Amino acid sequence: MKHSTFLLFTLPSLSVMFLFIAIPIVSVFIQSLHIEHKQVIIVSENCDPFGCETTTSVDTEASTKLKEKAPLGKFNGFKTYSNRMHFAFDEIGEAWNSSDSFIAFVKKIYNYPLYRALSFTLTYTFVVTPFVLFLGFLVALGVNNLPKLLKGPTIFASLLPMIVTPLVGSLILFWMVDGDGVIGATLQKIFNDNSLSLKASPVLTWVMLMVYGIWHLMPFSFIVFYAGLQTVPHETIEAATIDGASKFQRTRHVVIPHLMPLAIFITLILLMDNFRVFEPIISFRAEAHATSISWLIWNHLRESAYPLYNAAGATSMITIFCVGILLLPVLIRTWRDFNEKNKG
Amino acid sequence: MNTKIENKLTPVRIIAFVFVALWLIVAMFPFIWTLWGSFKVQADFFSKADWANAIFGFHTEKQTGNFFTIDGYYGSWIEEEFWRAVINTSIVVFFTVLISLTFGTLGGYALARSTYRYAFWILMAGLIFRAMPHMTLVSGYLQPFFAWNVWGILPTTIIVLVAINQPFTLWMLHSFFLNIPKDLDESAMCDGCNRFQAFRYVIIPIMWPGVITTGLFSFLLAYNDFTVTSMLLSDENETMIPAIASFLGTVQEEGKVMYAVAAVVSATAPLFFLVMFFQRQIVSGLTAGAVKG
Repeated sequence: MKHSTFLLFTLPSLSVMFLFIAIPIVSVFIQSLHIEHKQVIIVSENCDPFGCETTTSVDTEASTKLKEKAPLGKFNGFKTYSNRMHFAFDEIGEAWNSSDSFIAFVKKIYNYPLYRALSFTLTYTFVVTPFVLFLGFLVALGVNNLPKLLKGPTIFASLLPMIVTPLVGSLILFWMVDGDGVIGATLQKIFNDNSLSLKASPVLTWVMLMVYGIWHLMPFSFIVFYAGLQTVPHETIEAATIDGASKFQRTRHVVIPHLMPLAIFITLILLMDNFRVFEPIISFRAEAHATSISWLIWNHLRESAYPLYNAAGATSMITIFCVGILLLPVLIRTWRDFNEKNKG
Repeated sequence: MNTKIENKLTPVRIIAFVFVALWLIVAMFPFIWTLWGSFKVQADFFSKADWANAIFGFHTEKQTGNFFTIDGYYGSWIEEEFWRAVINTSIVVFFTVLISLTFGTLGGYALARSTYRYAFWILMAGLIFRAMPHMTLVSGYLQPFFAWNVWGILPTTIIVLVAINQPFTLWMLHSFFLNIPKDLDESAMCDGCNRFQAFRYVIIPIMWPGVITTGLFSFLLAYNDFTVTSMLLSDENETMIPAIASFLGTVQEEGKVMYAVAAVVSATAPLFFLVMFFQRQIVSGLTAGAVKG
């Protein structure tokens, strides 16, 4: 295809991606280097027969002028990255010096928002992903063994948790585990403890969010594995059976190697999707015990009347950096494949 | 082939059967429970004393005279004006899908037919863009959108959703067009068509299965989005999902949780029918990138 025709065909698509994905990433970076102007404050003294009073007021005119002159705010360099909302370098140094054990140190670090969010996001990603892979594979094997008549309805029912809006899906579960909801109330009865609440305990909140994550994404790995199972070569299975392989051995040595490329694909998608976990935290109102990086950015942007663009920008840049690290192995692999293909 | 063996009940089969049955209960029960409960009053749906109340509607019968009530739906759709959000969602979803598919088919086709190295780089860039958490992008939009005075309106949200959707659409349609033999449009070009005519008269008539599948996923992305719509739309332009989220705070205080339950069921119902009618396309779309990859 000629370069000019190619450009004409791809222009609309490339320009929206450039304008609304590439440029915002740059603009987020610039945002993160600046800090909001301080309001210009006028101190005035009012005297009346009863004495003098100083009042402070915001000089709106001067503030607006300042804003017009430099709409991005004051240049702040990388200070936003190192402040206590983000890497908190000073505070960590202090915590290191003042804590007597490593656990105490870790506990202190956990109080800073970025580390809190990172620890939940990473735990969530690396717990949910393997569970989804493993359970999805089991269900796929199970459905493959079902009579044909039942397969269609089973796939239909399985798709629902994934298709439903994350915010809505997690709300549905939230209402059920509520102290008065069907699961919550039943658990209280089983343990005979009326104050038992899944929402009040940090550990249970984390577990609940991860159970939701597994419930929500398992259909995806199930469907992909199920489709993969249909393509397992019949001859190889038969050959293995003739050689005396048991069902387990056949699965272990024929089916699983055949599905490996699929597993890598699913892992990649799951890592990307789990890393941006956000909606369930809103639905479960879990922010007291569990925050994710996306939630942190959202919170910076929602901060009272003045969105903290610099803080949101810095957190976003850190997120993008983490995503880059997650993707690196895949990118290197694709690059190598591509080069080999071109050589050959 | 060997039907006798396939129908025999072995222990492995029974375990598989039980396991799948368990998964089905886990997958379906929350939906059935919430759908049934949305026609009850709060005292039944959130019944601490006895969960059976939610099934038989003990309090619902006492309060409304019938064990079945649509108060929740009336409250959310009419009193809280949920219908506005439904209209906004329809507009956003319709245009997002339309524009995404137009841009995506053109781009995906060109990427599939180009033999140059840059096509590969564009796809790689797409993969990286696909991995960007949407929240990081949204934090970059707010300041310029406020400055240009385009924040809060539907067109802005639509174009942003199109952009966020584009990497995925490109990938999917690219792999779909790779499956259409090159010879088809090349022979048309031998007969004197230029590239656009070949695309118009040869490719467009046969591309609909792939476009429909991709369209379903664009639909889901636009319909399910919370991050973008909650940050970029003003209150009067709110779509369904952020409306449900903001509703939660207000109705919870007034003890009208059932309004939110009804709204949640209303938002899920279209998806339910979507899966019912397009199950095959969704499954093939999910596996399209994977089985080949």
